[in-house]
Amino acid sequence: MSVSAHEDRRPSRGLRIDLKTAGPLVALILLCLVGYLLNPLFIGEGNISNLLTRSAFIGIIAVGATFVITAGGIDLSVGSMAAFIAGMMIIIMNAAVDAYGVSVWTVVIGCGCSLILGMGAGFINGFLTTKGKIEAFIVTLGTMGIYRSLVTYFANGGTLSLASDARDVYRPVYYDSIIGIPIPVWVFIIVAIVGWVLMNRTAFGRYCAAIGSNEAVARYSAIKVDRIRTWTYVLQGLCVSLATIIYVPRLGSASSATGVLWELEAIAAVIIGGTMLKGGFGRVGGTVIGALILTAIGNILNLTEIISNYLNGAVQGVIIVAAVYLQRGALGARRKKAAE
Amino acid sequence: MTGQDAADPAAILSAKRISKSFGEVPVLFSIDFDIRRGEVHAIIGENGAGKSTLIKILSGLEQPTSGTVELDGEPVMLPPDGQAEALGIVVIHQELNLAEHLTVSESIFLGRELTSNGFLRLKDMRAETLRILDNLHVHIDPDVRISSLSVADKQMVEIAKAISRDARVLIMDEPTAVLSTAETESFFEQVDRLKAKGVAIIFVSHKLDEVMRLADRVTVLRDGQLIATVGMQALTPDSIAQMMVGRELSNLYPPKHEPDVDAPVVLRVEGLTAVGLSNISFSLRKGEILGFSGLIGSGRTAVAEAIVGLSGRSAGIIEVGGTQAHFSDVSKSVAAGLAYMTKDRKGKGLLLNSGLRPNLTLLTLKRHLKGVFIDEASEAEALERAVRRFDIRARDPSVRVGQLSGGNQQKLMLAKVMESEPDIIIIDEPTRGIDVGTKQQIYHIIAALAAEGKSIILISSEMQEVIGLAHRVVVMREGRIAGVLEGAEIAESEIMRYAAGLKQDGEHERLSA
Repeated sequence: MSVSAHEDRRPSRGLRIDLKTAGPLVALILLCLVGYLLNPLFIGEGNISNLLTRSAFIGIIAVGATFVITAGGIDLSVGSMAAFIAGMMIIIMNAAVDAYGVSVWTVVIGCGCSLILGMGAGFINGFLTTKGKIEAFIVTLGTMGIYRSLVTYFANGGTLSLASDARDVYRPVYYDSIIGIPIPVWVFIIVAIVGWVLMNRTAFGRYCAAIGSNEAVARYSAIKVDRIRTWTYVLQGLCVSLATIIYVPRLGSASSATGVLWELEAIAAVIIGGTMLKGGFGRVGGTVIGALILTAIGNILNLTEIISNYLNGAVQGVIIVAAVYLQRGALGARRKKAAE
Repeated sequence: MTGQDAADPAAILSAKRISKSFGEVPVLFSIDFDIRRGEVHAIIGENGAGKSTLIKILSGLEQPTSGTVELDGEPVMLPPDGQAEALGIVVIHQELNLAEHLTVSESIFLGRELTSNGFLRLKDMRAETLRILDNLHVHIDPDVRISSLSVADKQMVEIAKAISRDARVLIMDEPTAVLSTAETESFFEQVDRLKAKGVAIIFVSHKLDEVMRLADRVTVLRDGQLIATVGMQALTPDSIAQMMVGRELSNLYPPKHEPDVDAPVVLRVEGLTAVGLSNISFSLRKGEILGFSGLIGSGRTAVAEAIVGLSGRSAGIIEVGGTQAHFSDVSKSVAAGLAYMTKDRKGKGLLLNSGLRPNLTLLTLKRHLKGVFIDEASEAEALERAVRRFDIRARDPSVRVGQLSGGNQQKLMLAKVMESEPDIIIIDEPTRGIDVGTKQQIYHIIAALAAEGKSIILISSEMQEVIGLAHRVVVMREGRIAGVLEGAEIAESEIMRYAAGLKQDGEHERLSA
């Protein structure tokens, strides 16, 4: 009896793991197919390039969020943080233009400030959650409000605009391509690859998963839980600053409306990609696909008349809930197996 | 003999040829069991004999793989998650199941509050609580919060709760494990009272004297098999013990090799004081197995955690290999060759959703790095070594750790700790909930480590284990060291005397000496 049970079980498990890993990819391919059938323009070179560029912002931020969530945290402040960093970059670059005139260095200074601000803001989130022992949700809800209102304050309720001559220097960072691939997409690819390696091939990635899976086990296994946790937020800040660096030249401005709801889109991308919201298991590859799925939905709705573009959020919402439901199903089946 | 008992028409609750397997691991083989009105029926057996599984099946928390459960002679499917309470079957678990922030009265009526028109009848519930507690002759204020009660009082609240639910069958899993002698005595009185009221009581215990005192019948389980169900009058403690173990105890433990008399002291703890601990002093020699005995909650684990830096300490000196050490976290103690193996393998020891390999190397991942990258080949090698050395049996290496048997999890955890190549190993409850065969393996591994020159602190609630393995035994009571036993003094009665507070090494003598 036990032998037949043994044989019954093996193939089903193999199948389930395959589905779980490939699920988001299958969903993306299906979505693209639907997009193509609704409007063949969907797979046009221009549209694909546009889609990838658009997905870069959320995608880069979501790669960072994958680490935070895998380690059992959450960061709600990323959207506001992006707006704040964008605002600060513009203020600093405008000041640099006034002081030294326009050159490549203007942009370098702006980007340097962005990196410092991003990692600093991430460190603050990390420090308050670990050393302050305040729940990540609360901390980042607080910093979310702070950054959002700071950018509103600096913009005097309006819009901060980059000096037009500095914009001309900065423009190519968003609009130019290298070997036919737009620069934002390159940044996205590099961030994704580095993120994947970090998650799957280094001790850091494994520690993140261990902490998210069971913090006590991590602590008893000599892992410096607070330090690793803080690093995930710093990494998240770094990703936000990179996304902001490629975002600013797109419009050359920042306002209180910049980056609104990015945090939720980033979290959604992470979850659709198969990372567990309660931590312990992270998939950077899945996150990239999740970001592409979210952007593709909006893109397809733009290209067709069947569903109003205003329903973009609704469609995304359905997809998110469906993705989590499917994950729960797979997890429930695993639980049941473990209890046998 | 057992067949006719099972067919007894007077039985309230009975199990007919119950078998249970977890995955491919069978834990119960065709067990017959029954309980009558006004009877105390003890289930005894070693850890891993299947006692807990049997009571889980009798209370509906687990469904049997085959066989039936009968209530009043009718086959029933007991509903899971404690809903069997509605049928009058109430379980008091080893870990008490009370919400710490509720008051006594709220706890007793939790889930079946008295209401009128949707509002709580607070006064009535309070009065009823008082009545129940008075009937039990316990004096607990119905309005205090559970968190402020002693463990014994919490247990009384559980019992009161069970009674208020008109329990017909009360199942208790090692109810006295956390009670002091006086508390145990008043607990026995409660059991007698309930029995007189016609409640059927099933109780699981390791303590033979309790079984002799309380039980009318005893069912002995060993390795998932029903050995016998016998009336108490036919039994002596010796005959019970023999049925439980079923073999010479001496086989279970390897011969002791005393460490050299002049073996150097590798760990010295002087005046260690921390939350729940006061003035702990002892020393450990190279090659020695130092047992830590005492009741649950006596502070043994707290000592270990304070030493390795998992929890803070307010005073005291710790010397490792003659030099003072202050470990602020586990990585520092591991680096100093001191490792701690937790007793809570599921909560603190292993990542149940991960595979064997990441679990094995989690403590020592830095040894498996090539530059910044993890060298999976080197990890795989380590796993292969560990599987061989500790005889870890997994049906395939990709299986998740949560699916391993308790014994294999325990061996994996030991392997994980040993990966750090410690000189001093603090092993906390190494055989909790594992089968006898694996226990024996673990005992031999521990003895072999000591023979190799490792020094071991063995914390265990199983007195036999400490007696069978340790060269010296520290007995703790209420956060202090009550006594240290050596050689022929190491015996169950002596340990118990210190653990229960009947005997204590003069604190004053030692300080003044």
